[in-house]
Amino acid sequence: MATKATIAGQRDERVAQIGFFRNLFRQPEVGAVIGAVVVWAFFAIVTPDNWVSVTGVARILDSSSTLGIMAVAVALLMIGGEFDLSAGVMTGTTALITGMISTQLGWSIWLTMLVALAFALIVGYLNGVMVVKTGLPSFIITLATFFILRGANVGVTRLVVNQVRVAGIDKVPGFEAARLLFNTEFQILGAEFRTVTIWWIILTVIASWILLRTRYGNWIYATGGDANAARSQGVPSQWVKIALFMTTATAAWLVGTMNDLRLRSAVASQGIGNEFIFIIAAVIGGCLLTGGYGSAIGASMGALIFGMVRVGITFAGWDTDWFYAFLGVMLLVSVLVNDFTRKRAEAVTVAGAKAKTEEKEAA
Amino acid sequence: MTEPILAVRKISKLFGSVIALSDVSAEVYPGQVTCLLGDNGAGKSTLIKILAGVHQQTDGDFFFEGKRVKFNSPREALARGIATVYQDLAMVPLMPIWRNFFLGAEPEKGRGLFRRYDIEFAKRTVREELGRMGIDIRDPDQPVGTMSGGERQSVAIARAVYFGAKVLILDEPTAALGVKQAGTVLKYIARAAARDLGVIFITHNPHHAYPVGDRFIILKRGRTRGIWNKDEITREEMIRSMSGADEMEALTHELDEVTRRRETNKLADSEAGS
Repeated sequence: MATKATIAGQRDERVAQIGFFRNLFRQPEVGAVIGAVVVWAFFAIVTPDNWVSVTGVARILDSSSTLGIMAVAVALLMIGGEFDLSAGVMTGTTALITGMISTQLGWSIWLTMLVALAFALIVGYLNGVMVVKTGLPSFIITLATFFILRGANVGVTRLVVNQVRVAGIDKVPGFEAARLLFNTEFQILGAEFRTVTIWWIILTVIASWILLRTRYGNWIYATGGDANAARSQGVPSQWVKIALFMTTATAAWLVGTMNDLRLRSAVASQGIGNEFIFIIAAVIGGCLLTGGYGSAIGASMGALIFGMVRVGITFAGWDTDWFYAFLGVMLLVSVLVNDFTRKRAEAVTVAGAKAKTEEKEAA
Repeated sequence: MTEPILAVRKISKLFGSVIALSDVSAEVYPGQVTCLLGDNGAGKSTLIKILAGVHQQTDGDFFFEGKRVKFNSPREALARGIATVYQDLAMVPLMPIWRNFFLGAEPEKGRGLFRRYDIEFAKRTVREELGRMGIDIRDPDQPVGTMSGGERQSVAIARAVYFGAKVLILDEPTAALGVKQAGTVLKYIARAAARDLGVIFITHNPHHAYPVGDRFIILKRGRTRGIWNKDEITREEMIRSMSGADEMEALTHELDEVTRRRETNKLADSEAGS
């Protein structure tokens, strides 16, 4: 950046003073990265044997991947200034649609996946349209969607298959090929990794690219930061929000499909309660609840922290009942670290701006 | 003197039965700062909203670059080169200067999937453009929310200038600012005019208007109270004609009365206390 400044004309000696740390702390994900390192180090001390190994890494990644895919999509929506409480149950709905149609009608799984995707897109679109047209909080609108889907998941499944579980998805045409693409295992250094992890990493990179390197990312930040200002500058804020709701629904469809392919079955209660975990992962990753600030990499780091805690408790041989208590502590610590770093970054910036003004006024 | 870039002739605006503007005529010349002065309710906002395309006049003619025009939306006015910088500035506080500067008109490079925001160009341009306006930003990555009110106002002006404004309407840009900050903004207003824009500067403060203004239009109760070139009027005359000498005198009397009453009360209070 310093070289760009020089090209721009007058060399500004103050640019050099910004400093490495201020720039670092200005990134939204820095708190989550620190948090992830702390959690990893903690379990590395508590249970070093399995934790610090390729198997340990593989287990952590496996445990974080689908959560990470959702957290990234939810983070985009939160940066755009909205919530989606139906994102968790939507993973169940899409899994059930794919599972039921393919097992009952014998359709190829690829075709039923498309049907489920279409359904997810429609629900995402409706969520978005209702939020932008009514101006009601997305918290309420998507809470309604959540309950509708939650009820329908159980009700429809019971009507169609007479129980709350759809089994035998692995017997439908195209299953193996789809599994290979979305959720199969492969070996690296004797440990078992899954293609889900690759999807997660690729989607995180794409989301970061969109946020930071395209005009659409600019629009997302602006829409969440100040929708009126964005609109007055010609940003189609309403469409940005609708597209973001459709994005979380699509991510839920992807995760629902991946679960079908991994478990070879789908249960009606799948995904319920996860919506908050997605939001928490995004918040740990630096997203502000008020919108306009956050990052995709941060959300992925938030998901990674979750995965580490889940696996770490098992490795340490503790009762898994403690998972949520531990998680609460991690959330609190991460958010405090986050808040501290962000305030620090802002304080430095404000102090700098003040010093500059005073300097000017003195001159 | 050259042709006016923008002119209104005998413009009137009614809101229902309320006459907001009545037979107002005005001209704006490129390279000049035209100050629009008046008290609250004088019709300043109505007039600039007609110029900006927010409202349409009920009667009268509106000429832009010599042609009669009628704008149906702010977008149409903007497309023709009439940009308005409102008090709320339309900037997102959490976003860096360069992202705000190009918001809604992001420069892009690359093709297909790799079409991307030309960040390098954006940062360089912001630096250059603000530099040309005499605004020295330390770091284009600085969030706008951390800038002072005067700096933010100046960035908004520079943005309008960069995006090809021919007429720049500034709605009370100095109203919320301290003395020094206001001075900074006045400097940028003068710079914008020096770049051959027709600047319309709305204010109710004659002390801000007089130093930068080339022409002064004073509105009162929806009518033109007077139009002067700078050499035709002194600051004192302007203040007088804005407020009206008689009214000012009446106000002084009233204030004296209030002060006297307060002192009497205070005296009574202290006596009661002791």
